[in-house]
Amino acid sequence: MKYIQMKTIQSMALKCLMVISLGLISGCETDETQTVATLTNLVLSEEFDTDGAPNSDVWSFDIGTGVDGWGNQELQYYTDRLDNVRVENGVLLITAREESFEGSSYTSARLITQDKFEQQYGRFEARIRLPFGQGIWPAFWLLGADIDENPWPGAGEIDIMEYRGQEPSILVGSVHGPGYFGGDAISKEYTLENDRFDTGFHVFGIEWGPNFINFYVDDVLYNQITPEDVDEETDGEGVWVFNKPFFILVNVAVGGTFVGPPNAETQFPQTMIVDYVRVYEN
Amino acid sequence: MKNNRYTYLGLILLLGFGVVVFSSCERDFSEDVEFATFPVNPDIFTDAPVGLTDEFFQSFDPATGANTEGFGTDDNVAFEGSSSIRIDVPAPDDPDGSFIGGIFLDRGEGRNLTGFDALTFYAKGSTTATIGEVGFGTDFEEDEFAVIAQNISLSTDWRKVIIPIPDPSKLIQERGMFFFSAGSQSTNGFGYTFWIDELRFEKLGTIAQPSPAIFSGQDLSSPAVNGIEFTITGLTQTFNLATGLNQTVFAAPGYFDFTSSDNSVAIVDESGGILVIGAGSTSITAQLANVGASGSLEITSNGVLPKAPLPMELAANVSSIFSNEYTNAVESIFNPPFGGSTTGFQLFPNDDDEVLVYTNNNFTGVVFTNTLDGTDRTTLNIDVYPLDESTAVEVQIRDVGPNQVLETNVFTGLPDGDDADRRFLVDGLTPGQWTSVEIPLDGDLAAQKNNLGALILAGGPNFIFDNIYFFTE
Repeated sequence: MKYIQMKTIQSMALKCLMVISLGLISGCETDETQTVATLTNLVLSEEFDTDGAPNSDVWSFDIGTGVDGWGNQELQYYTDRLDNVRVENGVLLITAREESFEGSSYTSARLITQDKFEQQYGRFEARIRLPFGQGIWPAFWLLGADIDENPWPGAGEIDIMEYRGQEPSILVGSVHGPGYFGGDAISKEYTLENDRFDTGFHVFGIEWGPNFINFYVDDVLYNQITPEDVDEETDGEGVWVFNKPFFILVNVAVGGTFVGPPNAETQFPQTMIVDYVRVYEN
Repeated sequence: MKNNRYTYLGLILLLGFGVVVFSSCERDFSEDVEFATFPVNPDIFTDAPVGLTDEFFQSFDPATGANTEGFGTDDNVAFEGSSSIRIDVPAPDDPDGSFIGGIFLDRGEGRNLTGFDALTFYAKGSTTATIGEVGFGTDFEEDEFAVIAQNISLSTDWRKVIIPIPDPSKLIQERGMFFFSAGSQSTNGFGYTFWIDELRFEKLGTIAQPSPAIFSGQDLSSPAVNGIEFTITGLTQTFNLATGLNQTVFAAPGYFDFTSSDNSVAIVDESGGILVIGAGSTSITAQLANVGASGSLEITSNGVLPKAPLPMELAANVSSIFSNEYTNAVESIFNPPFGGSTTGFQLFPNDDDEVLVYTNNNFTGVVFTNTLDGTDRTTLNIDVYPLDESTAVEVQIRDVGPNQVLETNVFTGLPDGDDADRRFLVDGLTPGQWTSVEIPLDGDLAAQKNNLGALILAGGPNFIFDNIYFFTE
């Protein structure tokens, strides 16, 4: 998979270069400042080939409800039970369940690589089939590795994939930092035309380098965010906080401000299926 | 039905093979034969009907109250292009008919819809209202793959309506392009107009997460005896749409594959009819496009129902309600429309000795069409066959009093007004056999039994009755 993908991306880059050389800049999604990551060095390759709990060398768990539902009034209690998170048949399954547990009405899981895998720049990607239904909020995202000393939003957040279960064809990619966070994050939606994210696997990725983050779904580059965008969106107030290491989070939340609560039609359990999580160095 | 269809197709094909037909008509098709495929044209109405019969709109039978005057096209209103379908929904007292509805049929032999996943159109109303039923697959013949979505909300602006196809692979030759039925129930009896435009089948790609159901998703159970029939009802398919909404449609039995877990107990046909044929237990379940449907029926059959005992009373001493041995003293209604009743009722032939089969009874009654003077009678006989070990049904013999009206207190269930009753719990019966239960007309009936009007039956919930008669000991 990875080589095919690299070729595709490289050939896209070639096309862009050819177009640029003809002076037809408008024909390309991004402008001449784009730097395409060189994907030769695979440094994290979580393929989920060993059944049971996920690889503890890479993954830890957030447990419980955090403060105010992890800051978003989320309704689930995160556990590390196999009922909520397990590797089986070559995939990672994160399952949100409707059940009474430690005072919450739902359980689910959130995996994090803090202190185990942290990196600055590169391509971060995951191949995922998403769950669906009102109030289901899966995410594949990054937080600044200095978050313990530099609280959110100062540490920065890169949302490679966020999705509302009630909008099964729409993906959201965002960055949060000082001056642009929560509802005012710098964000873009991507609509999968004539298809949905809960019926098949899709690759969600960023290519991240000094002063740029490119957002991808499958082979489609649908957004680029740079310090200039942060300046524009925040009238110069925002600070670019993405030139430092970040760690990875993968989770399925239930309810919360981003999606609203589940309703009577939401089917449980809901499972996010992760085929792989891979990171390349630039 | 499926076999008939293929035979028909085969004939068309074979005619094209001339001489080969005669030398090979006993054999299966050769590998070179390709089945005919039907046109895939998706459009039904754009600015004009597309490929429909000359009638365009075929109304329901006016004898049923269908209004054939309210259908037309409108060149002043369109979502796209220059024209739309205009439907004037009548008021209930409209002399031309109290509701409007019908179908559009493909003018050819039918279309191949296997490449689509939904019927879609744009609709708007002269007022916010609800269209009762919209769908496709109804052809006024077999309706084998009929689909109906209910309660489509109209806005006063154009809004897209999506009716998912339960299983497109079934629709290799469909003539029923569109179906609708609308009345003024949602507008307090005021007529209104709605328009439909850009009516077509589409491949949206976002019709997903199928969730079929039978019996509306309920897991039911019922005891039975040989010969009893059930029908699988509440057949639905639900998809999640791109909007996040779940859209449920009623789907014809033809979309489902039904299974009886034990075909020696009950068999189920492709239209969802169940026939109990042997003793034991079986579970009736279904699949739609290889997805298991929620809902089931667990049947526990007692096997052959024996004949009820032969009544021995002299006819002169009997006022019969229900028995093959005596002439009825009064006719009765055996499944009265009591509000809130969950009771299933069958008048079961049992080999020419008819019996009354009650299942899932909460309350029902045997309501006499005239009152019966029971002054000279002392006892009520009922032959009871319990369908469960725990069968316990209360029989309330009701005298409806001089006003001859069945009056029941809705809070207590007790006789009201001038009514009186005698209650008797029938329980502790031996399963697998008939028991003649004799209930004396005493208690409150001792002084009032000249206007006997009904037997109220409470609980049970599963039992069979025969030989119901009053007699004099």
